[in-house]
Amino acid sequence: MSSQATPAAPPAPASGPDSAYVRIRDVSKKFGGITAVDHVSLDIRRGEIFCLLGGSGSGKTTLLRMLAGFETPTAGTIEIDGQDLSRVPPYERPVNMMFQSYALFPHMSVERNVAFGLEQEHLGRDAIRRQVGEILEIVKMSGYGARKPHQLSGGQRQRVALARALVKRPKLLLLDEPLAALDRKLREHTQFELLNIQQRLGVTFIVVTHDQEEAMTLGTRLGVMNRGCIVQVGTPSDIYESPASRFVADFIGSVNMFEGQVYANGADGLCIRSADLGCTVRAERAAGCPRGATVWAAIRPEKIQIARAAAGTAAAPAENLVAGTVREIAYMGDTSIYLVRLDSGSMLRVTLPNVLRGAEGPIAREERVWLSWHGSSPVVLTE
Amino acid sequence: MAVRLSQAMGRRLIAAVPTLWLLVLFLIPFLIVFRISFSEVRLAIPPYTPLLSWHHGAPHIEVHWSAYSFLFTDPMYVSSYLYSLKVAAVSTLCCLLIGYPMAYAIARASTATRPLLLMLIVLPFWTSFLLRVYAWIGLLNNNGVINNVLLSLGVIHHPLALLQTDFAVYIGIVYSYLPFMILPLYANLEKHDPALLEAAADLGARPWRAFLAVTLPQSLPGIAAGSLLVFIPAVGEYVIPTLLGRPDQLMIGRVLSDEFFENRDWPVASAVAILILLLLIVPIMLFQRVERRQLEAAQ
Repeated sequence: MSSQATPAAPPAPASGPDSAYVRIRDVSKKFGGITAVDHVSLDIRRGEIFCLLGGSGSGKTTLLRMLAGFETPTAGTIEIDGQDLSRVPPYERPVNMMFQSYALFPHMSVERNVAFGLEQEHLGRDAIRRQVGEILEIVKMSGYGARKPHQLSGGQRQRVALARALVKRPKLLLLDEPLAALDRKLREHTQFELLNIQQRLGVTFIVVTHDQEEAMTLGTRLGVMNRGCIVQVGTPSDIYESPASRFVADFIGSVNMFEGQVYANGADGLCIRSADLGCTVRAERAAGCPRGATVWAAIRPEKIQIARAAAGTAAAPAENLVAGTVREIAYMGDTSIYLVRLDSGSMLRVTLPNVLRGAEGPIAREERVWLSWHGSSPVVLTE
Repeated sequence: MAVRLSQAMGRRLIAAVPTLWLLVLFLIPFLIVFRISFSEVRLAIPPYTPLLSWHHGAPHIEVHWSAYSFLFTDPMYVSSYLYSLKVAAVSTLCCLLIGYPMAYAIARASTATRPLLLMLIVLPFWTSFLLRVYAWIGLLNNNGVINNVLLSLGVIHHPLALLQTDFAVYIGIVYSYLPFMILPLYANLEKHDPALLEAAADLGARPWRAFLAVTLPQSLPGIAAGSLLVFIPAVGEYVIPTLLGRPDQLMIGRVLSDEFFENRDWPVASAVAILILLLLIVPIMLFQRVERRQLEAAQ
């Protein structure tokens, strides 16, 4: 408890752990008349895995290519570790990239591929051999050094590409859809290995992906992009649980969204009347919307309970409770998805875990059910 | 069963047509030339000694080496062979040095302009080859276009001897064969993945380094194909050196034609032809090896 016993803190970078390591300031990129990246500002911290998530044409790849130096920003600056890199050519940047196609040199062996970056630095032969050996060990590819890329499987090529990009110990590693070319089982395995390697080497990663699952598991923070803009930045749970806009709510995971009007706002949250939904939504964790405003209530399918009878008293006008008929059930193994047609005519999606094995009397199609959710579940969106 | 049989028959038939073509139009003429090269001149029709003759009712095979030994006794022939190889080699190198940047530029051009540029490369073929070589005479002559322009500009005061020089032969061959270098090079370079150059740059290689380490090694099959397509016909080139070249130094194609038409020495002409073939078989086999390796790499 005394101030004398200060534990030996790890040597913090001069700029402090929370300040920006990669500083993207007001960067835009235009191709002809098309704006691919539109005034993006972003701070990325040292040692984190930042995922740029977006659909095709959202500008995420263009942003990545500007970080690598393959494209020059039309406007704005990019700083890494305090150094302005906006006009520095790719071969002079302390940045390396793992390409989506891996871009391994087909005429070179695995060893020569990995050594290529070090050779450009004119390192000694022994130093190169030692570093190549070390990095191949880290990606578990020792023993494949003499092979040519076409003699490797997809997963092995991915490891070689990673080793080649990491061997130069870049300040920043860019990964363009790193797992897209792998099959599902391998992808999951590789995800955890990528995290492991990143923690071991402490390199800052920026990952571009269109796969939200990949972004959620890999990223310490995500930046969601749409039409050249960053629409939200936050941790995976921030973005999933508190999306800032309808676009984000809809893009990440699945969601039930209903338009409604605010008719009460108080200390206990907002009350929204929705004709689409056919009931009143009480959102406890929402505030700041004037009465009468048009808003959207977003409720994740797994936050909805499904029951044969209405819970609580039927006397008071029900809040967060709505009735409907089950139209479809999709059995996914671990979960089941129920599509319920509400009395208002809208469809609602409910996901339930299959907790019990062969549960008795499961809810069947065309059965009448009551759907309810906790007051903390709805997210109120204004845009 | 019947279907499979007729399929096999059809396959054999398809293979038989080119086989027959090569047999009748290549192998048999080659054997005839080969056989003539082992005979001697005589004043008769045909103008060479027969292979098989009858002496007192017994068959007698006559094989003469005189045509070959003659080629090695007269230094004119050896020097013509060496000169032809030198001209072909220098021309091939020039074609490569000029053609590579052109092929590279076409491969890097936008997809919209590429067909136009390729068209421009092939365009000279629309005019007769002979006409184009004659046009070079008009350009290189003592009172040709080039000399007249330089004289009137005051750059030179006496016309340059351009025609009937090695230089004129190189110009003629490089000009005529350049498309054969560019097209296979383009076909190769066009397939290169631009991400590889980006990867090289990303790993710290300057553009020139990246070219040497990535583009050049991968274009070797294209370089080999283009070089052989220029080198092989250039060795036996007849028209260009005859029209543009030195009168005192003949290329082997000219020697062959002179032996045949002027001297009417069929055996020596045949021996010259057989030796050209032997000289060319090495690069041809090299070419086939490259092609086979390319096929294997593609698979």
